[in-house]
Amino acid sequence: MTVPVHLRHDETFVLNLGPQHPATHGVLRVKLTMDGEYIVKAEPVLGYIHRMHEKLAEGGTFAQFMPNTARMDYLHALAFNHGWALVVEKAAGIEVPERAEYIRVITVELNRIASHLLWWAAFLLDLGGFTPLLYAFDDREKIVDLLERVTGSRLTYCYLRFGGVYNDIDDEFIAGTRDFIKRLRGRMPRLYHDLVTHNIILIKRIKDIGFVSAEQCRRYGATGPVARGSGIDYDIRKNEPYSVYPEFDFDVPVFDECDSMARYMVRMHEIEQSMRIIEQALDKLPAGPVMGKAPKVLKPEAGYYYSAVETARGSLGHRLVCNGDKNPYKLKLRSPTFSNLSLFGEVAEGMLLADALAFMGSLDLVIPEIDR
Amino acid sequence: MGLMERTQAALAKMFPQPASAAPPPAGEENQEAPPREQGILAVDPARHGCHLDVLCGPGQVVEVARTLDREGYFLEAISGVDWPDKGQFEVIYDYNRLGGEHCRVMVRALVDRGEPVVPTISGVFPAADWHERETFDFYGIHFQGHPNLIRILLPEDADFHPLRKDYMP
Repeated sequence: MTVPVHLRHDETFVLNLGPQHPATHGVLRVKLTMDGEYIVKAEPVLGYIHRMHEKLAEGGTFAQFMPNTARMDYLHALAFNHGWALVVEKAAGIEVPERAEYIRVITVELNRIASHLLWWAAFLLDLGGFTPLLYAFDDREKIVDLLERVTGSRLTYCYLRFGGVYNDIDDEFIAGTRDFIKRLRGRMPRLYHDLVTHNIILIKRIKDIGFVSAEQCRRYGATGPVARGSGIDYDIRKNEPYSVYPEFDFDVPVFDECDSMARYMVRMHEIEQSMRIIEQALDKLPAGPVMGKAPKVLKPEAGYYYSAVETARGSLGHRLVCNGDKNPYKLKLRSPTFSNLSLFGEVAEGMLLADALAFMGSLDLVIPEIDR
Repeated sequence: MGLMERTQAALAKMFPQPASAAPPPAGEENQEAPPREQGILAVDPARHGCHLDVLCGPGQVVEVARTLDREGYFLEAISGVDWPDKGQFEVIYDYNRLGGEHCRVMVRALVDRGEPVVPTISGVFPAADWHERETFDFYGIHFQGHPNLIRILLPEDADFHPLRKDYMP
């Protein structure tokens, strides 16, 4: 015999989502106050994979921190390498040879595609679709193999050096990258768009769900695909150009719908734009050294330095304070998803739990990068 | 008038004796200059990554935040810095623009290390909520008026502030 449960409307209960939950993709916990299936209050609880990278940075030299950078956003590790290299090069006044900058851009953009593919796979897995994961991982595997060839690792890269990169790329890498782009372009329309993007089940799950306004993005400091899905034309690669990005012709996809579908579309279009950048970089790849002159021991002038790069998830900033010593006096990492997640509580209010999970997936969370 | 000049003008109202008394040329290291009490300094973005360096008193951070909010800025990060030799903590607010004309503003406030209290700006920018909690977590700087000033990344029963220079694990 079943007893019907009647919840009074002023009666709520607390539901713990995580820290071990497949939809949070890591150890994120969200304390949800529920009224039936509806969320009254959502409160993310952070810190389950906090490793205090900022203290580790203070304890070692500038170069010793490079491997740590890849262990934060392990899906777009090369962008974190790049951000750290750029801020230290700025502080210490190190010149980078042009070929090295081109190689940086090629590898960072390849890594961005891999990151978006993995997000796509995991997001659809959250929504109950298993097949896309197999396609995305097939393509991602090609990138990981290519990057393994030049960087020596498959996930947590430590490829960039102050003044260049660790290893030159060879003809096989170039040919492999061109093959990969050709292959992904061929697979994109049918396997990615026909099967998934235009799929009515997906559209029903994410269209008009998870509304994030442009003003909310500004108040919470959301950047990356989250901001671009809310009609904000902001990409560090265009707005505050660094490295050799100004030399390439590419677009910044912006969608005005502000919903989860818009964020989905931004990332799908970014894959194509990254491929365009890589192709142009391979065409224009200059000859020359891949390492410039950099002192063995770095002692940047005392002062305040800031540098930002566009990762797959948004604007990554390094606030570096130097006191003329051989290790950073203070390093603050402004990680994009820390700010992107902070608007979750406000947006999830009043949402159905299942919709909130789809919304959370559309934010593309990487927990080690939030917790640092 | 460019965005940077407009921002500078809007902020200058807060500082009766602006730094214009002897402004060093943009980009020049300001370490050699006599220490400023407060004021706005234009710095070389290619060298330092920001356009304006605003040094204000802890009491002014909310007013600065309101001014920058009106000008359409967003809060990128809040960082703490420990200066034990000077007996001070420094709180650095990084502001930036979401698209359009680009301008980065670094706002710095120095507080006494023995009694570190800064008013919260989470009422102006909700983004500050978590960043202030993090700064409290790592440095023990109190953000007065913060609605929920509890630890964010460290365990709730931690009794230390690890980014203080005198912290020994």
